[in-house]
Amino acid sequence: MATAPKIDVGTDYKEKYGFFVPEEYIFKAKRGLNPEIVKEISWMKQEPEWMTKMRLRSLEIFRKKPMPTWGADLSVIDFENIFYYLKASDKQSKTWEELPPDIKATYDRLGVPEAERKFLAGVSAQYESEVVYHSLQEELTKKGVIFTDTDSALRDHPDLFKEYFGTVIPPADNKFSALNTAVWSGGSFIYVPKGVRVDIPLQAYFRINAENMGQFERTLIICDEGSFVHYIEGCTAPIYTTDSLHSAVVEIIVKKDARCRYTTIQNWSTNVFNLVTKRAVAYADATMEWVDGNLGSQITMKYPSVYLMEPGAKGDVLSVAFAGKGQHQDAGGKMIHVAPNTTSTITSKSISKGGGRTSYRGHIKMYPGANNSKSFVKCDALLLDDESRSDTYPYNDVDAENVTLGHEATVSKVSDEQLFYLMSRGITRNEAETMIVNGFIEPFTKELPLEYAVELNRLIQLEMEGSVG
Amino acid sequence: MADFEIRDLKASVEGRQILKGVTLGINKGEVHAVMGPNGSGKSTLSHTLMGHPGYTVDGGEVTFKGKNVLELEPDERARLGMFLALQYPVVVPGISMTNFLRTALNAKRGYDGKDKSKQISPKEFRSMLKTELEVLHMDDSFLPRYINDGFSGGEKKRAEILQMAMLKPEIAILDETDSGLDIDSIKFVAEAVNRMRGPELGVLIITHYTRILEFIKPDFVHVLVDGKFVLDGGPEIADRLEKTGYSEWVKEEDSPKEVA
Repeated sequence: MATAPKIDVGTDYKEKYGFFVPEEYIFKAKRGLNPEIVKEISWMKQEPEWMTKMRLRSLEIFRKKPMPTWGADLSVIDFENIFYYLKASDKQSKTWEELPPDIKATYDRLGVPEAERKFLAGVSAQYESEVVYHSLQEELTKKGVIFTDTDSALRDHPDLFKEYFGTVIPPADNKFSALNTAVWSGGSFIYVPKGVRVDIPLQAYFRINAENMGQFERTLIICDEGSFVHYIEGCTAPIYTTDSLHSAVVEIIVKKDARCRYTTIQNWSTNVFNLVTKRAVAYADATMEWVDGNLGSQITMKYPSVYLMEPGAKGDVLSVAFAGKGQHQDAGGKMIHVAPNTTSTITSKSISKGGGRTSYRGHIKMYPGANNSKSFVKCDALLLDDESRSDTYPYNDVDAENVTLGHEATVSKVSDEQLFYLMSRGITRNEAETMIVNGFIEPFTKELPLEYAVELNRLIQLEMEGSVG
Repeated sequence: MADFEIRDLKASVEGRQILKGVTLGINKGEVHAVMGPNGSGKSTLSHTLMGHPGYTVDGGEVTFKGKNVLELEPDERARLGMFLALQYPVVVPGISMTNFLRTALNAKRGYDGKDKSKQISPKEFRSMLKTELEVLHMDDSFLPRYINDGFSGGEKKRAEILQMAMLKPEIAILDETDSGLDIDSIKFVAEAVNRMRGPELGVLIITHYTRILEFIKPDFVHVLVDGKFVLDGGPEIADRLEKTGYSEWVKEEDSPKEVA
């Protein structure tokens, strides 16, 4: 007899029921995607109505949009077999013992501290960096900088949030941005006021909350006029997750004379589909720099882009992709020149090994009126054996006048001459190959904070030994 | 038997035999010069001795410290105590000379990333480097530069000898180290090599011209023509070649006096 009464958690919930006790609500994680789940997510987070509606609208868009027919093969993703929202307590149910041995071994080899590796492996939802975090927060608050998780930002800074959320990447941009907007959770929110420079890089790591490591994280960064911030997402140590789909959205607004650098080191375990939309808009004389490293995942599709909206805006993408056995890294960048005198560079370095596949996919668009603009694209691919593969797909659309557009692409193998030279000095073949690969990505590594650079080099070393993934 | 023994070595490149039976014994403490005209097989000799994958051994033996060198990988040969200063040192972008030297030195000392006691200490490394840089009249501004990247001809050759000085081999092969060098650079290089000479080092200088032999006096000179030694003897052979060139064996050959 007893069918549980269906609770409408949609609009006017508070008005109808007049109370709100999320503590007593037992959220059962369910697989699959439908409006009920989306409403539940929004309700769990006590979101304002506009967000609930936006999520539902995005779900509709997601359903209508076809899967991309280009890039990597995504046909194996089963959207009905995914948990779209898990509470932190559900995420922690794994134990250290359940982790795959290769992930544990990598943590050992990298010398990742105990507390940190539990966090990375999803065993603990908290990374014990509260002390660092609190002193940093005080410092930031003094300057008027907001650095928080995106859920809290919606709650605590509703006006600022609403003004910018979804303006750079609207839900209808692509299938996965629609999906993200429907089910997003976690991510970082940063606001840097006019003229404020944040001297130390802000890292997602510092935040107490593990939400930033979620599947559908959503990041929003606003650099007000003349400000500067460097944000670092992810880390070099492999992040283990049983979730098979990671689909994040990152939106950045860089106002006049401001500069933003966004550094990513993605090292998801190799069961993950990593489909991320990252876009920034840069206004007059502003600079946006994407530093993007992709090592992990089974498939990555990611093309950080910059819309150069006003004269003097500058966009840079510097990316590295490493594809080992069974991996496909389809990455690149997009530069959209809207205003005159705008400049952009894309530097892409890729390494394929053991049958891995890398693709560079880039788009340079110069709209009418984007006169006197310059763009330079350089992609270098290094193949470590004959079974590996690398492709380049550059798309250029130029409707502006008096522009400079350069494209340079190289594909090379580790040369016998270089190997012989290093080996003739007593260096083993494996170490020599590792050195050559690390040398190849050095233009990327040197842009990283030292501790990241060191870890990345060690990680490449492990990859080269074939002991990882 | 000599410390480093080459017996009837035959080697080919891309299917064509270049070395047609070379026999040579080098003892530690000795300096040998192999001289020969273009195309006589000088570079094939040096690369084959060090194990370059582009050169195929067709026959013969090379023994050093009781081992058949020809069966070893280039890195094993290096760790056994061999060194080759290349005629054309290779550019490796993204790796600093310091990193390269330290890695090579640690490899030579048997450090494999685990036993830290075998690793050279930063202090020891710096002091070694400082000494050798001075001998070669180099300043440390080249240390953070990438391996041979943007080096002038002279800098490359000096960097080769610096590596030799740091790695302290027992058998060193200098392949046309003098080519493309100005007279000052030759002097600095020669000074550095002479400083290393002694009972623990055997040297094989491979050269087209006699000039470097004015600064590094060889104990023995061998003339290589068409993949075989046609003349062996003392330093007087270099003097003879200085006057007559390789005209005894090949026609239309340039004089060995000529500066490259």
